[in-house]
Amino acid sequence: MRIRIGHLYPDYLNIYADRGNIAVFGRRATLRGHELDVKAISIGDEVRPGEHDLLYIGGGQDREQALVAPDLVAKGPELEDAVAGGAALLAVCGGYQLLGRGYLGRHGDSMPGVGLFPHETVAGERRMIGDVLLEAELVPGERRTIAGFENHAGRTKLDSGAEPLGRVVAGFGNDGESGYEGVRVGRAIGTYLHGPLLPRNPWLADWLLSQALAHATGGEPPELEPLPDRLETLAHAVSAQRARDRGGRF
Amino acid sequence: MSVRLAVETFAARTAARMSRLAGAGGGTTLPGKLLWKLDPGAIDALAAQLPEGTVVVSATNGKTTTTAMAAEILEPRLKLAWNRSGANLVSGVASTLLAQRDAELGLLEVDEGALPEIVRRLRPRVVLLGNLFRDQLDRYGELEHIAERWRAATEALPPDTVLVVNGDDPQVGDLARDRMNAIAYGIDDVRHARPTLQHAADSRYCVRCGRPYEFAAAYVGHLGEYHCPDCGHARPELQVRATAIELDGLEAASFTVETPEGSIRLRLPLPGLYNVYNALGAAALTQALGTPLEDIRAGLERFGAAFGRFERIAVGDKTLLILLIKNPAGANEVVHTLLEGGAPNLLLIALNDAIADGKDVSWIWDVDFEPLLGRAERLIAAGDRAAELGVRCVYGGLDEEALEVQPNIEVALDRGLELTPPGGELVVLPTYTAMLALQRIVTDRGLVKPYWERM
Repeated sequence: MRIRIGHLYPDYLNIYADRGNIAVFGRRATLRGHELDVKAISIGDEVRPGEHDLLYIGGGQDREQALVAPDLVAKGPELEDAVAGGAALLAVCGGYQLLGRGYLGRHGDSMPGVGLFPHETVAGERRMIGDVLLEAELVPGERRTIAGFENHAGRTKLDSGAEPLGRVVAGFGNDGESGYEGVRVGRAIGTYLHGPLLPRNPWLADWLLSQALAHATGGEPPELEPLPDRLETLAHAVSAQRARDRGGRF
Repeated sequence: MSVRLAVETFAARTAARMSRLAGAGGGTTLPGKLLWKLDPGAIDALAAQLPEGTVVVSATNGKTTTTAMAAEILEPRLKLAWNRSGANLVSGVASTLLAQRDAELGLLEVDEGALPEIVRRLRPRVVLLGNLFRDQLDRYGELEHIAERWRAATEALPPDTVLVVNGDDPQVGDLARDRMNAIAYGIDDVRHARPTLQHAADSRYCVRCGRPYEFAAAYVGHLGEYHCPDCGHARPELQVRATAIELDGLEAASFTVETPEGSIRLRLPLPGLYNVYNALGAAALTQALGTPLEDIRAGLERFGAAFGRFERIAVGDKTLLILLIKNPAGANEVVHTLLEGGAPNLLLIALNDAIADGKDVSWIWDVDFEPLLGRAERLIAAGDRAAELGVRCVYGGLDEEALEVQPNIEVALDRGLELTPPGGELVVLPTYTAMLALQRIVTDRGLVKPYWERM
């Protein structure tokens, strides 16, 4: 099966190893006999309905984020259509913020967002930097951990009733106080956990691939053949321990 | 010297001696930390005692090597207070100034984040700014913020301070634009330009209007000849340039340095375009101090690598080649240089995640390791984040059978040496604290002298 990925602004939003996440999709799809087709979506490009099975947007520095924000907002309705049509989506860090309703800066400046995610972000005094560990339950009854690294000044407040990606076991999370991290809207996921999020959390990569396959086939998300993941499990364990030892402290 | 300063320096120097006697290391930051506690203004006074003043070098990549090159050029004529150990925060600078009582000139490598405070206190004669790349964002924050702080620091420099900048870096070159006392250096040899900007290139967008630059040539990361098609912002005119560059694999680089005072042709015994940049910076810096071109040529030609920066160490009938990696741009140049010499089939990479390495290891995914991975017959992943590094290498095309994961650096080193054939060379790419661990191991084994005895 061919899985079509749309990678939003790879030239601008690539600050933390976003291509690592794409590489994980590629390898894990190939090992299951699928073919991954990754296309860049740049400033001015149109997102046509049904064109992508999975959309990816990464993080950038403030300057790069400001450069793409107007274009992203203009693409908002197309992205909402894609997600409503069952495409999977992973938004990391800056991309996660931009897909919310907006970002309020410290000097009263504000940047409107896409409004695809039910949250708003307000700039905080100190950056929340460190290792982080979450517990998530994307499939009812299947509780899994997600280990990663966060580095953000923004405090993201989910609307009441919105579903977070996970509960913070160690680290700051969305705002350093709610005890939650990220957001989930159906097959769309947003998170502050950047960089090699998927290499050390291969189950999450597989969940997203499975959702993308469901979009591609029009059927239910398929079970993917398990992989040994020996190194990935080890990398996850080290990262999770780091979070327990030193995550979430100023 | 005031009585207060005399007492403080005596106390701090005693602390340094005791640190060495206690075997705690070179005493490179402890006395400075003590002095800093006693009197933050003391380093200003110590610097003011140097008859030839101070010069300061900063950059994301290459500051240790550039400073060491400048030292090699200057040492025959001047007694230096030089922070050779790489202790480049305020405490390290204070310790260096304390330790060298009869020094004439302070030659100081300075951390990017510490630069504003240090230049404000030292009022240096020359400030050299080499480049800004994304580096340890968990520690330094975003590139733009460092660039803004550098801008404020350079605008506040005394008017007679000479500002030397790498004109090939858009952010750094722009700092000298409106300054009278400024020198820009860069490379002019399009034969060596890379066909495309590397994946992790920073500063692709115009510092004034945000449009993507057009690069007539990109040499190292985003360093090169750029101009903005929209507003016209472009590389400044270069006063010091490298031309006619000939790269000789892993051995050397030959090139011509053109300056307002004439040209020299030299053979630098270090490989790679990034070392051409380091040499250019050292040449421009020392020329600004009045050093004759012939001294610059001689100093650069006899230069030996700084510890862990392309250093070769003999281990019996084998050789260790240590190349520090710490961020995508620097690591990419190391990879590129290794490929020039023919990709090694055995490699040891050591990834730690202490504060000095960056706690966030995501940067390894932004390094273009792939050309090495396809050819390596054996790769040993070491350090505290060895497993993560192993994942990176396998997803980058390394055969999983070719990978060994060994977090313990000493065990990994011995395994690497065991796999190295007699007469062969083991290439080791460590992050900063992994490099310090290697330094301790080879020192303990008597293969090299401790660095404080080499001063």
